[in-house]
Amino acid sequence: MTTRRFILKTMAAAGALSLWDAPIRYAFASAPTERRLVVVIQRGALDGLAAVPPHGDKDYESVRGSLAISNPLDLDGFFGLHPVLTNIKAMYDAKEAAIFHNICSPYRDRSHFDGQNVLETGGTGPHILQDGWLNRALKPLNMADGTHALAVAQTAPLLLSGPAQTTSWMPEVLPAPDEAFMDRVKLLYARDPVLLASLDSALGMQGAAMTAMDDPSMRPGPDGKPPKGNGAYGGNITPLFTGAGKLLAAADGPRIAVLDTSGWDTHFNQGAADGQLARRLQAFDTALDALKTALGPAWSKTAVVMATEFGRTVHVNGSGGTDHGTGGAAFLLGGAVAGGKMHAEWTGLSTAALQDGRDQPPRTDLRALFKACWRGTWA
Amino acid sequence: MSLEGAIAAHRFGLGARAGEIDRASRDPKNWLKTQINMPADQPAPMPGLSFMTGGELVVDMRHYQMERRDAKRNGTVPADPVKAFFQSRVKQFIDELAARYALGFTTDRPFAERLVWFWSNHFVVSAMNPRATTFVGAFEREVIRPHITGKFEDMVLAAMSHPAMLLYLDNAQSIGPDSLAGRRSGKGRNENLGRELMELYTLGVDGGYTQADVIAMANLLTGWTIDPTGDHNGFMFAPSRHQPGTVTLRGKTYGGSLDDGIRAIRDLANDPATARHVAGKLATHFIADNPPPASVARLEKTFRDTGGDLRALAHTIVDDPAAWQPGLNKMRTPVEFVTAGYRMLGLPKGDNSEKQIRGAVAATRLMGETPLAPPAPKGWPDTSDAWCGPDAVLTRIEWAKQVAHALPPSVDALAVAASALGPLLSADTRTVMARAESQADAIAFLIASPEFQRR
Repeated sequence: MTTRRFILKTMAAAGALSLWDAPIRYAFASAPTERRLVVVIQRGALDGLAAVPPHGDKDYESVRGSLAISNPLDLDGFFGLHPVLTNIKAMYDAKEAAIFHNICSPYRDRSHFDGQNVLETGGTGPHILQDGWLNRALKPLNMADGTHALAVAQTAPLLLSGPAQTTSWMPEVLPAPDEAFMDRVKLLYARDPVLLASLDSALGMQGAAMTAMDDPSMRPGPDGKPPKGNGAYGGNITPLFTGAGKLLAAADGPRIAVLDTSGWDTHFNQGAADGQLARRLQAFDTALDALKTALGPAWSKTAVVMATEFGRTVHVNGSGGTDHGTGGAAFLLGGAVAGGKMHAEWTGLSTAALQDGRDQPPRTDLRALFKACWRGTWA
Repeated sequence: MSLEGAIAAHRFGLGARAGEIDRASRDPKNWLKTQINMPADQPAPMPGLSFMTGGELVVDMRHYQMERRDAKRNGTVPADPVKAFFQSRVKQFIDELAARYALGFTTDRPFAERLVWFWSNHFVVSAMNPRATTFVGAFEREVIRPHITGKFEDMVLAAMSHPAMLLYLDNAQSIGPDSLAGRRSGKGRNENLGRELMELYTLGVDGGYTQADVIAMANLLTGWTIDPTGDHNGFMFAPSRHQPGTVTLRGKTYGGSLDDGIRAIRDLANDPATARHVAGKLATHFIADNPPPASVARLEKTFRDTGGDLRALAHTIVDDPAAWQPGLNKMRTPVEFVTAGYRMLGLPKGDNSEKQIRGAVAATRLMGETPLAPPAPKGWPDTSDAWCGPDAVLTRIEWAKQVAHALPPSVDALAVAASALGPLLSADTRTVMARAESQADAIAFLIASPEFQRR
């Protein structure tokens, strides 16, 4: 059995910089090679007040109007979860989920792309660092050889880009050419190290996937079409989460995986308990459960951190949605997490308490959570 | 056949068709410049289909909404009307894409077409947004194609007043809180389009604007909405929704009329920050992922000197020696890659042309790119690293093998290579091709080769 420890301290007096230094800690006791870290990026700015509604806040219903979640799944008497997030709720009840609010990267403007740049590089501002923080973490962990870190994408997102080698995987769609053919393509790429490295890595991961995926849902259908969830037209992301879980579960599989999700930019007709965002959250919750199932016993050694570039405006905009904001919600899940706790330095939703009179204030630096994941998993 | 002719066809064009490098080699720069003496060509709809204008699409959308409302009221809602509706919308979009691909496969003005693709990836309206799905084709045909040789400010204004953009970035529903409609309904402004206009379409994210500027622009755009009758190609300015009063945007004061909004857009389009932003993007697209600062500066100067004349900008790139360096550095995007493959092989060919065209659309999607449907308004990435990931490279190789093996066995691979790449074909690739076990495999190696993946 593994013993788990989770300590979280928020030093109220500390500024953003020292928050980055030390506030959140958790640790695993099992051997480093057994531990898994999954990072899920929620691109588009997830609305934290819909996903994790503070139903106990006296101003919540009034400021949120038609977008208020009236039937949340209660967490601690003050915060709740959106009613479709039943799997996350079950993890929380099993003390496998820690949930954060009023959390944000150091980025304070409201561009998706700069916000994502900060989220992924871990810099203090956009375009200050050129590589992803997760890539930088690989070398000290001796995981820079291209087999340990997996992007569930055709090309690694910035989070996993940088000098350390990584690999990527997506469900197979076209028939795979034979080995002799591929050997000749490698000859062609002798002068193009970038293409050669990518091809080698893909072939390695394809082999691993073939053994790991004893699952018909991961194969193309009889019509040759990809399993749903290949990114086109939103849709079902479960096959990607299942695939990641199976690859991570393998004894010699990767230990780090990055999953990308999108569709969180709800400027228009966001909906409340039902509607656009509810459907997206439900697909997400289902995919997380699939990840847990696919990991099997390895779930107990896994931490999953999920974060978005910033939150959304507290008030409803003119078209039944919300605009770009600042503070929001983040999640840390997994069998390795001593959870069952909400972590929020909550300051209320009155206009005076808001950042620029419109956004949730950023009270915890998202990088502290990232750092805790990294340190907690491998320190 | 000169190296410059081959570079013209590949770096500035869409990949060479048979004989194209010969034609380009006579005077490569002139070959490119004469292609943009007039606005871009319009694609032809797929057989048996027709295109709708922005105005017609608005009427079509309204018609559907009313039908659904009536059906709901009468209790005659069919089993899954939403699903059926979206399936037909997605089909309409794929039909538009197929027509666009078909033009790319055969056009003898490939440089003009590349500029269309570039500007469509700048003024993004994405079919990923269900409200915009049917409109993206009309947007490209009506906003982008007529303006690639015109003024930047006219293209911006056309984009901002097209129903596709107003729906995509939520401005059609944006209401001034103090307008008549705002006071009556309690509804408010949506700042999405105001922000992206500055961040993505004009100034750039480092262009020096504030949240207050975003709100000022969003206020100017309140009341810019769609005309349900489809008149004025679906655009309407609704004074009852417009936020009254003056605003200050980047130090300039604007009143509360339609003309003030237009003036603000034109001012943003001609801002020095816009010149820098557009110059950087063009140089990145045509020259290198990290273009030489001198190349960007030249384009920026042209933009400022000519008031954003897009043909003059295209000429500036053609005249830039840095754009003619022999090394092929930039990875083709999936649609550029598949298009170059079809052009080299003379596809589509035979009696199932339509199937081949639609197959190409599906192939680029597998490689990670569906044109006109990027995940976010920033558009598809325009640097090589975005398209070089392990799975992406593997998918391209798999596709190369598949498309090569669908060719008639009579194909002469080395002759195809010589005609399509000319002096760009490497000795190594020729050797691997010559030792291939079949002509089809030789073609597959050619398509997978570094010199064909890059431009």
